[in-house]
Amino acid sequence: MGESLPRVPRGSQHPSNTLSRPVQTLRVKMVLLGSSGVGKSSLALRFGKDQFKSSSPTVGCAYLTQVVHLNDVTLRFEIWDTAGQEKYHSVTPLYYRGAHAALLVYDISKKETFIRAQVWLKELERHYVPGSTVIWLVGNKGDLTEDRQVSAQEAQSLANEKGLSFTETSALSGDQVTELLQALAHRVYECIGAQQGGLSEWREPSLVTLHHKDTSNPLASCCKVGP
Amino acid sequence: MMDGQPQTATVSWENGTLAPLDHLRSERADSPTPGLVEGTEPGAGQKSAMFVHAQSFEDLSAEAEEETLRAAELDESAGQCTEELKALVGEKNAEEQLNNDFSAESRTKEEDVTSETWRSHRKHVFVLSEAGKPIYTRYGTEEALSSTMGVMMALVSFVEAEKNIIRSIHADGCKVVFLTKSPLVLVGVSRTCQSDRELLRELQYIYYQIVSLLTLTQLNHIFQHKQNYDLRRLLAGSEYLTDNLLYRLDRDPGLLLSAVTCLPLASSARDVVSSSLQAAKSKNLVFSILLAGDRLVSLVRKKDQFLHHIDLHLVFNLVGSSSSFREGEGWTPICLPKFNTAGFFHAHISYLEPTSELCLILVSTDREDFFNMSDCKQRFLERLNKRSAYQSLKEALKCPSYPVEQVGIPELRHFLYKSKSSGLYTSPEFPVVYQSDKEQERLMGLYQDLHSYLHHPTRPLRSFYRCSETENLMAWVTSGFELYLCFSPLGTKALAVSAVNKLLKWIRKEEDRLFILSSLTY
Repeated sequence: MGESLPRVPRGSQHPSNTLSRPVQTLRVKMVLLGSSGVGKSSLALRFGKDQFKSSSPTVGCAYLTQVVHLNDVTLRFEIWDTAGQEKYHSVTPLYYRGAHAALLVYDISKKETFIRAQVWLKELERHYVPGSTVIWLVGNKGDLTEDRQVSAQEAQSLANEKGLSFTETSALSGDQVTELLQALAHRVYECIGAQQGGLSEWREPSLVTLHHKDTSNPLASCCKVGP
Repeated sequence: MMDGQPQTATVSWENGTLAPLDHLRSERADSPTPGLVEGTEPGAGQKSAMFVHAQSFEDLSAEAEEETLRAAELDESAGQCTEELKALVGEKNAEEQLNNDFSAESRTKEEDVTSETWRSHRKHVFVLSEAGKPIYTRYGTEEALSSTMGVMMALVSFVEAEKNIIRSIHADGCKVVFLTKSPLVLVGVSRTCQSDRELLRELQYIYYQIVSLLTLTQLNHIFQHKQNYDLRRLLAGSEYLTDNLLYRLDRDPGLLLSAVTCLPLASSARDVVSSSLQAAKSKNLVFSILLAGDRLVSLVRKKDQFLHHIDLHLVFNLVGSSSSFREGEGWTPICLPKFNTAGFFHAHISYLEPTSELCLILVSTDREDFFNMSDCKQRFLERLNKRSAYQSLKEALKCPSYPVEQVGIPELRHFLYKSKSSGLYTSPEFPVVYQSDKEQERLMGLYQDLHSYLHHPTRPLRSFYRCSETENLMAWVTSGFELYLCFSPLGTKALAVSAVNKLLKWIRKEEDRLFILSSLTY
């Protein structure tokens, strides 16, 4: 169903934003955690390109970015899509360390992935400073209602108990995926963006590279944009 | 180290000639048979090779590991590895029951192991632990084979108890080959006519595939702590890599020849690609590899660090088997077992464009180097675009191979030519007669045969000619090259012999397009 929707650039509801005044762009580090095969990469692909493709298991980790425009700010999500396979667990702390947002993804048709998500939660709780990470419990494969093994109530009550947000999505159909990212963006901005030094500002990488060789390019200094 | 070279080469290209550069002509034998001496054959690298100097096949079967080549800087990553290990082993008890589920779910190859179809597969491969626990089977599920694997281990142990080693069993049209690589035991069961050695070589590859996912240090550590550990937990989700590698072993001449092949590309364009890779360097960057599908476009390495062709094939296999690098940038620990079995490198893997065949692999020693590598990629792309080499590269991608007719030898259908000193090979596309999967596999089987004769452990042949109803085959090995030719059955031996000279001259003429002659270091 989401497949057929035309791809609307996020934030198109505020087209004047970018024209009228420079909007600050803030970096948000987000990590996707969960068992192998729950659809982390598919969610990431939905976030980024609003597409669905079946894919081979993620090797190590995949990095993608996605920009979300809010009313007065633009958030640049730097998404770390981790591999669910156990052999990569030892490197996973690299990706959730310092994350502003963590999605704990499970498959609603596989109870054990829900249990695994709770193991990830415990691990996160051991490492994060309360208030510095927005943790979102995501029940994916919402389209598999017939094989459901984890009820929405069960997940919701876990979320309530642990103070997490909770959404059920379907990366396959696209259901609730855009909404999730929008809600997440608001939440991150409210909770972390307001804090002193909560989110750092993002600068065009071209500025960095121009900087590298501005001796060779006399125009480099004219090309700088931003504050 | 070849810093001065690209410019010279560019000049030669602009002159419109594909002939060897003038200064090389004197150093290289031209005719009648170039390349009788290693280092002067067509395709031989200038000054130094890109790869660890490997006696190709013999190197693989040899037990001596060149541990001394290991770089000092790897100690650090080995240290990290141990640290990661501790975390791993500590974690395992809590989730034992959870993880047993993955392996079952991710396998689609459920097949009744008592059935005749299962039994009649041409080649089985089994991997087990020294405790006899199943780790991998090519067909069927490991669970169903635990008693079979138990018997295999019993055989190994029984012979070992007599202070002996079981190598192979030949019975009932089957060859059963054993490779003990503590803490793993690999068993191949084949109905093909491949020799024991060829089968062992394939098992070696499988062994290295497993090591590249986990490191040998981790394997040893795990089994020292828990002898009957179920390694499938750690390999869960990666079985497809082993499956694909086995498929490649039947198909890819590179794995047979212990060599890789290059994307045909004008040397001027390749030089720009290489120098752009060279310029996009970073402190911990060890190798920059640009691939076009299964073909090497360029490889730039840290000075004094060499990549082994096996490691490169493992990288090819990883990239070629996984769709996950198509979206976003991949960042993964990877052990290059021929370089160092103890530690992980960290590879930044990404396609230059989502739909492109061009995949860039940047190998770093630092696991926190992601953004540096990402930046290297950007710098590489900028340079490439600026010098409009990207366009010529894309053009070259349109014809990643060449028809054998280009060589202009009648009755020649196909060939494999490997330059020993560079570790690179070239081969035309399969002609119409070998278009089908089945025929390609049959031809590869014939080449494997020839290869076995040339690399026979006690009576290696220098040359070989065989006529059959379907094709005539010829093989020739010198200290400089290995050559395998396939002619139509109408060809004669005299024609084949004269074809060799003609072919070598053609390869010499085309060498700077077909091979990477100058390899760069940062």
